[in-house]
Amino acid sequence: MLPAHGANAAHVTVLQQYSGLAACMPIGDTRGKATRKKGPMSIQLHSPLLDVGALRRDFPILQRTMQGKPLVYLDNAATSQKPRAVLDALDTYYSHSNANVHRGVYELAEEATAAYEAARAKVAAFIGASTQETIFTKNASEAINLVAYAWGRRNVRAGDVVVLTHLEHHSNLVPWQILAAETGAELAFIGLRPDGSLDLGTLDRQLESGRVKLVASTYISNVLGTITPVAEIVHRAHHHGALVLIDAAQAVPHIPVDVRSLDMDFMAFTGHKMLGPMGVGVLYGRRSVLEEMPPFLGGGEMIRHVDYGGSTWNDLPWKFEAGTPSVGDVVGLGAAVDYLQAVGMDAIAEHDKALGRYAVERLQGIDGLHIFGPEERGAVVAFAIDGMHSHDVASLLDESGIAVRAGHHCAQPLHELLGVPATTRASFYLYNDETEVDQLVEGLGTAMRIFGV
Amino acid sequence: MSSLYTEIIQDAYRRPAHRGTIDHPTHSHQDENPLCGDMLRVQLRVENERVVEAKFDGAGCAISQAAAELLLERIQDQPLSVIRRLDKDDVLEELGMPTISPARLKCALLSLGVLRGALRES
Ligand SMILES: Cc1ncc(COP(=O)(O)O)c(C=O)c1O
Repeated sequence: MLPAHGANAAHVTVLQQYSGLAACMPIGDTRGKATRKKGPMSIQLHSPLLDVGALRRDFPILQRTMQGKPLVYLDNAATSQKPRAVLDALDTYYSHSNANVHRGVYELAEEATAAYEAARAKVAAFIGASTQETIFTKNASEAINLVAYAWGRRNVRAGDVVVLTHLEHHSNLVPWQILAAETGAELAFIGLRPDGSLDLGTLDRQLESGRVKLVASTYISNVLGTITPVAEIVHRAHHHGALVLIDAAQAVPHIPVDVRSLDMDFMAFTGHKMLGPMGVGVLYGRRSVLEEMPPFLGGGEMIRHVDYGGSTWNDLPWKFEAGTPSVGDVVGLGAAVDYLQAVGMDAIAEHDKALGRYAVERLQGIDGLHIFGPEERGAVVAFAIDGMHSHDVASLLDESGIAVRAGHHCAQPLHELLGVPATTRASFYLYNDETEVDQLVEGLGTAMRIFGV
Repeated sequence: MSSLYTEIIQDAYRRPAHRGTIDHPTHSHQDENPLCGDMLRVQLRVENERVVEAKFDGAGCAISQAAAELLLERIQDQPLSVIRRLDKDDVLEELGMPTISPARLKCALLSLGVLRGALRES
């Protein structure tokens, strides 16, 4: 059971207008200095959902120190740490099974191929897709670029519209800017409500123009933590004949995601944010759409037959996997999926949300600190402190052994909209607990004392 | 006490003598810190190959703002020939820090880059 919130849950953070820090102040809260106010009693310490202490022992890096202090790792939206099981999978693959995939007839090559394809089956099942629809790329960015190039160049013409949101990571903005510049298509944006949620009325108006070919939206914002209404976006887009791409880089690691029940056409995510190694990402594509698409990159493995005059393409999903893939990393991602499933995605989702809520409650107790984003959010909290630049905040937290991110988090236009050049962001995962949030709050108190704010 | 936010840096950050603008600058340039998107502008009034007035403005972290203050204090009344030879080590010396993390080095050197731009653009 989740801790009850009752009347205390009315801590709503509102962006009352699109610019100016003052507009972003939390409302309805009595705020005191961090150092004076201890944690609110409405949330009990230690999540009953996960045995965080036991989980932490699975992550070797969490035993290290930073700046001589125990590491408090709160930069999970940038990348997650890796459990022993994933490190072992990499080691086992390279120690016992390494060979190039899909080509050799000898035992070792067959083992490598089997390990690679077994990992694909795990990832596919994890998101409710078929293996033909589960394409390995090097990260989420490449997965989105694959769609922008292979699908976009064939299907988007001058005058067509690609609809995005103001929340997008540069990964789900820049590829569409490039496509628009090449084709003469236009980009349009779903309006952002003052509380950081999407105004779907603007989407309807854009769709009614009949020119929208694709709606590309984040699932969970890596800055505001906004959880977008994906099912509703898909429903409305499909009604007007537009396809939908979901950037689920911050969603798949944190909540159960099923591509079939959400009915999306494309979904991109990245292995390193979900306990997997860096170097592998995933594109899910609806089979009928993938079949009609030309390849993205040319090279080995993606062909059926090649002569000097031309080539024909391999079957799905290999048609979109040119060249030697990062086999060890894919195997490692398979182990990460096993680990996440053993812990349970429902429990992880509840834990992350509860921790996000606890962090918001504690941070709201700090005078001069402003939180951005809606009340209902993922495990991401971005904030600004009056009189302190986010880099100074992050540098001072670093001196306390706390890793957070400062800057625009690859979402520069969104920060312009928020009216701040940069924010400090704390983001949580299954191995974080309330004690670390308390340490963050304490570290902020120290930082603010040094700056005299 | 913080090892990065020394008294030198805090003083320069909180009480900058060179923050502001110049009405008729002979040199002016602005640039962005690629790490955070912060803007910094440096303006100079140069007479007889010597800086008689130097100002900076823009938003930024304490490191970039303190570095700008200390750098402009250093070039005040100096001949351009000397200023053109200033490098990274001079800035770190002004900050009182022999080393700084690579990420924060970008903040520390932003003003030097903008100053060089101003001298090129005149
Ligand atoms: C929402 C979102 N989309 C896309 C990405 C890009 O992921 P990658 O850098 O692995 O391609 C990120 C992570 O930085 C993200 O947070």
